[in-house]
Amino acid sequence: MTGKQKNMLTRIIVSFILYAGVLALGKTGVTEQFSGTWLYFLLFLIPYGIIGWDIVYKAVRGIINGQVFDENFLMTIATFGAFGVGEYSEAVAVMLFYQVGELFQNYAVTRSRQSITELMDICPEYANIEENGELRRVDPDDVEVGAVIVVKAGERVPLDGVVVSGTSMVDTSALTGESVPRGVSAGSEIISGCVNGSGLLRVKVTKTFDDSTVARILELVENASSKKARVENFITRFARYYTPAVVLAAVVLAVVPPVLLGGSFGEWIRRACIFLVISCPCALVISVPLSFFGGIGAASRIGVLVKGSNYLEALSQLDTIVFDKTGTLTKGEFCVAGIYPENMGTGELLELAALAENYSSHPVAESIRQAYRESCEKGDTPDVSRLGEVREISGRGICAIIDKDEVLAGNGKLMEEHGISYRKCEEIGTIIYLSRAGKFAGSILIADSVKDHAEEAVRKLKESGVRRTVMLTGDRREVGEAVAGKLGLDEVHAELLPADKVERVEKLLGELPDNKKLAFVGDGINDAPVLTRADIGIAMGSMGSDAAIEAADVVLMDDDPAKIARVVKIAVKTMHIVRQNIIFALGVKALVLLLGAFGMANMWEAVFADVGVSVIAILNAMRALRAK
Amino acid sequence: MKKKFKLTDLDCANCAAKMEAGIKKIDGVKDASVSFMTQKMMIEADDDRFDEIMKEVVAVCRKVEPDCIINM
Repeated sequence: MTGKQKNMLTRIIVSFILYAGVLALGKTGVTEQFSGTWLYFLLFLIPYGIIGWDIVYKAVRGIINGQVFDENFLMTIATFGAFGVGEYSEAVAVMLFYQVGELFQNYAVTRSRQSITELMDICPEYANIEENGELRRVDPDDVEVGAVIVVKAGERVPLDGVVVSGTSMVDTSALTGESVPRGVSAGSEIISGCVNGSGLLRVKVTKTFDDSTVARILELVENASSKKARVENFITRFARYYTPAVVLAAVVLAVVPPVLLGGSFGEWIRRACIFLVISCPCALVISVPLSFFGGIGAASRIGVLVKGSNYLEALSQLDTIVFDKTGTLTKGEFCVAGIYPENMGTGELLELAALAENYSSHPVAESIRQAYRESCEKGDTPDVSRLGEVREISGRGICAIIDKDEVLAGNGKLMEEHGISYRKCEEIGTIIYLSRAGKFAGSILIADSVKDHAEEAVRKLKESGVRRTVMLTGDRREVGEAVAGKLGLDEVHAELLPADKVERVEKLLGELPDNKKLAFVGDGINDAPVLTRADIGIAMGSMGSDAAIEAADVVLMDDDPAKIARVVKIAVKTMHIVRQNIIFALGVKALVLLLGAFGMANMWEAVFADVGVSVIAILNAMRALRAK
Repeated sequence: MKKKFKLTDLDCANCAAKMEAGIKKIDGVKDASVSFMTQKMMIEADDDRFDEIMKEVVAVCRKVEPDCIINM
């Protein structure tokens, strides 16, 4: 609790005790003869003054400033009205209950704001600079590009840079939602916001603080709340008319029935006061943005940046999702996708290939060596002592002597030229055929491999209600269709130029049902126009691809397409909560207004309809933060 | 020019909405947002008249929520 809130709590307690005292005095009969007298009234004024002086003060100040319809004014009129019609105890009770509600509401909002900002607590406070062998703490803002900073174990990396020396495991979870730490060593790029897990790192700064990842992310998240969803704008507009309308209704209620029907003004004024208490739209005005804020917070916790509540709203209506292929569904890098040995083990074939390709600088050779290193537990290089003479045959492949046998590794032509009968591999990609001592040994498929979670991503999206999944690619038709088939995508359009992609997306946009949205997922490299054209542009953040982060509405920090389905789930849940809150708040208010008009509701219920509903709506809104 | 300010003691969400509407009406303000959640205000206005405009902004905010302080 803040000091202000503690202060309020004290006032509530003191006022409550005094109020109970005066009430008890009334019950014992001591003041019976005073009932309805000035003294009785004055006694109630004491707790009222303690609890409500600031409200009355603010109301007066509001009127001077021309702010007629604010909450303070309405509460003042309502309680003065109650005093006026002789309901002293009710007047105090209403003010007391109102303040309790306000305090609780204030507390809940402070807490939720804290828990949301804690999630985004990635801002480093200092950077260590080494000077004459001593470490000095400086503001990250003051560190220049090219300077070398020191990051100790447990510290947050303050600026983007390249590791100069040291090895460590860094925790990127605050940025990507990925809980497995990443290993870094000299030469690795490191981004700000990560936490250094173990060793001491020296990092050469490559970006100023304002350009580094942390500053950019914070900027995005802070701006997110200024892009409002349709519902939010609706609520703001609604609030503008709601209060004056209810106040007007209260005036009518206080004057018209007694004049027309005769009878006392007192009862009708009491009913009008009930209207005034309910006329504040706070429950809606607070809880709707809070729900969205919570939803955006929940998304950033799993490493997805949503740049505005409008996009969260759009995600909940996702109908068609269009993927770019390379870098989005596939890794965009070549690696061994299949090993098909003939009369030998997979490991043996891979080792043979790795040996033969040991000295080659061709990307295919690199990916084979990479696969071999990964297949060996110790990450060994192949035993080169087995290797004899190696010849590179341009446009064909390699001829190497391994264990005194002649080993050929290359394309089909190489096999044919050496008269080796080989089994043709029908897979899509680059295929390396191998032979040993004149006999076919098998083939290795090198392809741009599909991301680990790509299939799951498509499946989960379909489960979450996405009707149409489309892939656009500039790649060859057969490659595109192979990938789409493997992932279970509904449609694929291949051999497209970047301009064709925009055209395709526009056509798909035209085919959307009403109130449904289209998202485009790309790596942002040459699809920025498509990202902006789609209702929701989702980009692979890829740890610092600036163009993508700029152009997109939603950024996947760790490039994992499976996160899209999760963020859709969060969006749907957030929208549920928003709708619940709107219906609940308006429902209760309408009900109490109706009951109040017919004299069936009292002040207590009115205060509940005001602050009680707010508190419940806020608590409900907080569920959005915990959406998974 | 776009500028951001931190707000202290912005206690009611409806006031934030009112402030935002009021600031947007000021002559020379291109865009403005008052976020109750982040307790921040963003103002985009003409460069040469920025200081003048800020004075008006302060006046508008004082009218709506006198307790709220703009940290400049």
